Amino acid sequence: MRHFLDFEKPIAELEGRIEELRRTTDAGGIDVAEEVAKLRDKAAALLKATYAKLSPWQKTLVARHPDRPHASDYIAALVEEFTPLAGDRAFADDAAVIGGLGRFRGRAVAVLGTEKGKDTESRVRHNFGMARPEGYRKARRIIELAGRFDLPILSFVDTAGAFPGIDAEARGQAEAIARSIEACLDAPVPFVATIIGEGGSGGAIALAAADRVLMLEHAIYSVISPEGCASILWRDAAQAATAAEALKLTADDLRRLALVDAVVPEPMGGAHREPGVAIAAVGEKVAECLVPLQALDGATLRARRREKFLEMGRHSIA
Amino acid sequence: MNWISEWALPKIKTLFGASREVPENLWHKCPACEQMVFHRDLERALHVCPNCGHHWRVGARQRLDYTLDPGWQRIELPKAPPDPLRFRDQRRYAERLREAQMKVGQEDAVIVGHGTIEGQRAVAAAFEFAFMGGSMGAGVGEAIVSAAKLAVLQDAPLIIFTASGGARMQEGAVSLMQMPRTVIAARMVKEAGLPFITVLCDPTTGGVTASFAMLGDVQIAEPGALIGFAGARVIEQTVREKLPEGFQRAEYLLAHGILDMVVKRAEMRATLARLIGLLRVPEVVVPDADAPFEALPAPEPAAAPGPA
Repeated sequence: MRHFLDFEKPIAELEGRIEELRRTTDAGGIDVAEEVAKLRDKAAALLKATYAKLSPWQKTLVARHPDRPHASDYIAALVEEFTPLAGDRAFADDAAVIGGLGRFRGRAVAVLGTEKGKDTESRVRHNFGMARPEGYRKARRIIELAGRFDLPILSFVDTAGAFPGIDAEARGQAEAIARSIEACLDAPVPFVATIIGEGGSGGAIALAAADRVLMLEHAIYSVISPEGCASILWRDAAQAATAAEALKLTADDLRRLALVDAVVPEPMGGAHREPGVAIAAVGEKVAECLVPLQALDGATLRARRREKFLEMGRHSIA
Repeated sequence: MNWISEWALPKIKTLFGASREVPENLWHKCPACEQMVFHRDLERALHVCPNCGHHWRVGARQRLDYTLDPGWQRIELPKAPPDPLRFRDQRRYAERLREAQMKVGQEDAVIVGHGTIEGQRAVAAAFEFAFMGGSMGAGVGEAIVSAAKLAVLQDAPLIIFTASGGARMQEGAVSLMQMPRTVIAARMVKEAGLPFITVLCDPTTGGVTASFAMLGDVQIAEPGALIGFAGARVIEQTVREKLPEGFQRAEYLLAHGILDMVVKRAEMRATLARLIGLLRVPEVVVPDADAPFEALPAPEPAAAPGPA
């Protein structure tokens, strides 16, 4: 059963009718192939028209779509011999951050991701992708391991943000994020980060201070959620759509601000319609980014990564 | 001035709620104990309540005055693009920014100075909370990076006094990128073998805490300072639990191993001087007014709007 977003209602109705007609045919009723084909064209056109001009708020909803491929889907599809690693060696294993070793296109790599989970049970286990300090400390450990063994790092970011909890604060959430950012910037190996869904604030940059930062077409990347921003600046969380607009959080905006390096196009109707196609596109782009990076030594990579981030924010949006 | 006017009068006025008649610039009401404090006493006590010890928030320039020896110099900071997103909520960000600049009398929320602390060379930066809640956008990022570069250039330790609500929302993802930028700044100082000391003042939250502020070689806080990543309200709404007593206060962080020490304002300067003395090879700074400090090259003009 496909999950439709509110603004997809007209598409949902068309697709529902197509499904109904097909079932009538299957049940031995009259042949409605022509009618179905017509409706299919109409649905496809509507989908295309809708997705061609998604508002920033609609993109936010697509980025959070429950059927959207998650970090674990990317790792499963793109990384062979995936060998998860666990724990921060101090307190716990935080399943909101997944990571480990594996092979990408034959080359041994380290992978990292923030994982939201796909059903109630796994969402709870992964804490809806909101990491505690242990998650960022695990990330740092894996990044440092990658550096020691000359493994390129791939990260897949999809998080509403770091977990705002009493325990997280007590165990140094801010310090854990700061150290993780530092580890990203220090890694003497190629590092490609991809914002696959939500790039939520400090919890996202903790895994994304990379040589190349990719962003999916309908992903968002922001310093605060539109709801949070609306409740502070408009004193009304219902103004989230307005805030989403103002925050300039879409892939296109981030590209124009020169804060991400490339935007990966999604299948028509969003990555959730054809996860395999979306994941393959990301795989291609990541592979393409790695080639020139692999030719550079550790010191050069670090120096260039620093320069790149130091340059950021010195440009206004066009 | 005698004890009647200094002590009894304000007490009486507090009792009778007649504080309205008191000229605002002479008597200040302590936000913690509500005692009226005479302005000169407050200044003498470095804006710490003589009655209850509450540390009042102080401005950035005052911070540097309290910390550095007289004669310290403020450096000019490179300009960042003032409004990268052309942001507007109920008002334009550009307008809010101008208003803050007028009110506070500085370009953005951080000022940077260099001089000496008890004769030892130092670079210090301070956040001005009155400037849009000390929020960190590109301007603040530039200030922190400049302070780090200056420290490296002068072979001096860097001390940063934070007071910030976190990222400056009106600069969106640009403000988020100040986290890696300021982390790089901290790394530059450390890699040069120089002490990087952070002093977390009330309040320090969000993206400022989760970047350079938590990367100090030594991390100090003022008593009672609110320090954390997430805001208390957000946490309460998320976990639906009552927050523990003293949660996210300096003493709580000290008890949880996140800080090295909580230091009273009156002892801050001496503490910093001692730390620098212990971490650095002793040097003799000749107090020669004619010999200028090595300065940063003139700041580059802000980048032209819009990447190619």
